[in-house]
Amino acid sequence: METEKVIRAKELTKKFGAFTAVDNISFEVAKGEIFGFLGANGAGKTTAMRMLCGLSLPTSGTASVAGFDVYKESEAIKKNIGYMSQKFSLYEDLTVTENISFYAGIYGLNDRQIKEKTSQLLAQLHLVGEEKSLVRSLPLGWKQKLAFSIAIVHDPAIVFLDEPTGGVDPIARREFWSMIYAASARGITIFVTTHYMDEAEYCDRVSIMVDGRIDALDSPMNLMKEFEVNSMDDVFLQLARNAQRIEG
Amino acid sequence: MKAIVVEDIVKKYRVGKAEVSALEGISFSVDHGEIFGIIGPDGAGKTSLFRILTTVLLADSGFASVDGFDVVKDYKKIRNQVGYMPGRFSLYPDLTVQENLEFFAAIFNTTIKENYDLVKEIYSQIEPFKNRRAGQLSGGMKQKLALSCALIHKPSVLFLDEPTTGVDAVSRKEFWEMLHRLKVQGITILVSTAYMDEATLCDRVGLIQKGVLLSVNTPKRVISEFKDALWAIRAKEMYPLMEAIKADPSVLSCYPFGQYHHVTFHNKAESKAQLERIIKNGNYTDVEIFPIQANIEDCFMALMKE
Repeated sequence: METEKVIRAKELTKKFGAFTAVDNISFEVAKGEIFGFLGANGAGKTTAMRMLCGLSLPTSGTASVAGFDVYKESEAIKKNIGYMSQKFSLYEDLTVTENISFYAGIYGLNDRQIKEKTSQLLAQLHLVGEEKSLVRSLPLGWKQKLAFSIAIVHDPAIVFLDEPTGGVDPIARREFWSMIYAASARGITIFVTTHYMDEAEYCDRVSIMVDGRIDALDSPMNLMKEFEVNSMDDVFLQLARNAQRIEG
Repeated sequence: MKAIVVEDIVKKYRVGKAEVSALEGISFSVDHGEIFGIIGPDGAGKTSLFRILTTVLLADSGFASVDGFDVVKDYKKIRNQVGYMPGRFSLYPDLTVQENLEFFAAIFNTTIKENYDLVKEIYSQIEPFKNRRAGQLSGGMKQKLALSCALIHKPSVLFLDEPTTGVDAVSRKEFWEMLHRLKVQGITILVSTAYMDEATLCDRVGLIQKGVLLSVNTPKRVISEFKDALWAIRAKEMYPLMEAIKADPSVLSCYPFGQYHHVTFHNKAESKAQLERIIKNGNYTDVEIFPIQANIEDCFMALMKE
């Protein structure tokens, strides 16, 4: 049986005037896969991700996410994905439980489900006793774990993580990745961008964008073999140093 | 004379009714021409330390000097001769690239021409955009402009607070190559970062966590002081494998590291036997086990737990 595909992108392209931000990219991501989406600043990652999240229409090509078409069914896509980034995640002026019920409510969970999810999340994250704390007062590592849990509060088919772990201590970063593994084991597909090349090695497969194209796509092990190097850092450097695009 | 001396510096902040300790009595010194890294996560106290040393924040107690000048009494002298690139972009967004650089040159009584050699390598990369307003630059360009402005008066000590945060691996590498060329010109550099892998690019590092220096040493010495026997293990089934290892009572620590899990045991001598026993009790394929040398992150995590 063929594995279920949660993302299918074919010849996906986005142009802004004469500038081709995303240039004819094709790839598929399987259910439960941890898929790393790498590239230098300005390589086109954010634009590609925005198209997959239903926030920006492609110029040409096709793509479906969680079975929905990015042109015609962008609203259905938004309901079936989760999204978390370092910059935009939680409301700092709301408490822990207010953030949980706010997002759970937006994603259509009913009162009973929200109550269940809230107590479940508080227990999992060891936040019992912190229910009424403002999110602002939590350590960064806790915020990131809470933000991730909230991004998957509605059990989406896929969650997009846009540079989720910057700045936290190495133990908190690893606890965060343990949560990603656990979500993937539950069948949630993980689509993640990161600047930490060792995190790229946690991914089942990794794609590397250069100048709007996907120049490499494989498991980290195979990429290291192909480029005859010992780390993803070196793979990345070899590819990204070929970039022609001048960051302006 | 040391380029930087820090003795028992304490800094606390009031947040509402609570008192938060940012620096809990830290001490270290930096030699002339050294690249010294302050390595630690957000909230460790890095920025408070930088602000105290650049004389824009007063410590509650303790002593610090830069180039022999006291950060409290001689703050004006320090300001004249150090360069400071804060973590947050703090140039004038409404001035153009060139206007910003001219402005910083002018307030230090110099000109771009006079010190062009020093900034040439960095500035030439953004010179094609010299008439663009600084607020309109990309992140990488802003970083290059900020470094040029911090260098234009030929400082003796350069303070760089998280210059590579959010910057991709290629630009990070180029940035560090640039720092090594500045070092050759005799500039002392104090640089902070949350990227542990950058520690190896420094002459010496201070590992900082919650306002406390966990270790001050050369990167090599930090690594050689790792006490436990470290083993790397991988299998196709990484997540169940990690769960099994973590649940085992013989295990001291288990952290994912890229393609491998790094594991230490209470009883060093039995490490390999214990790992083999854990593997045998599960259903794992493509298993690979070998002893591995600790890296800075292993050391940082071990020190955090002490």
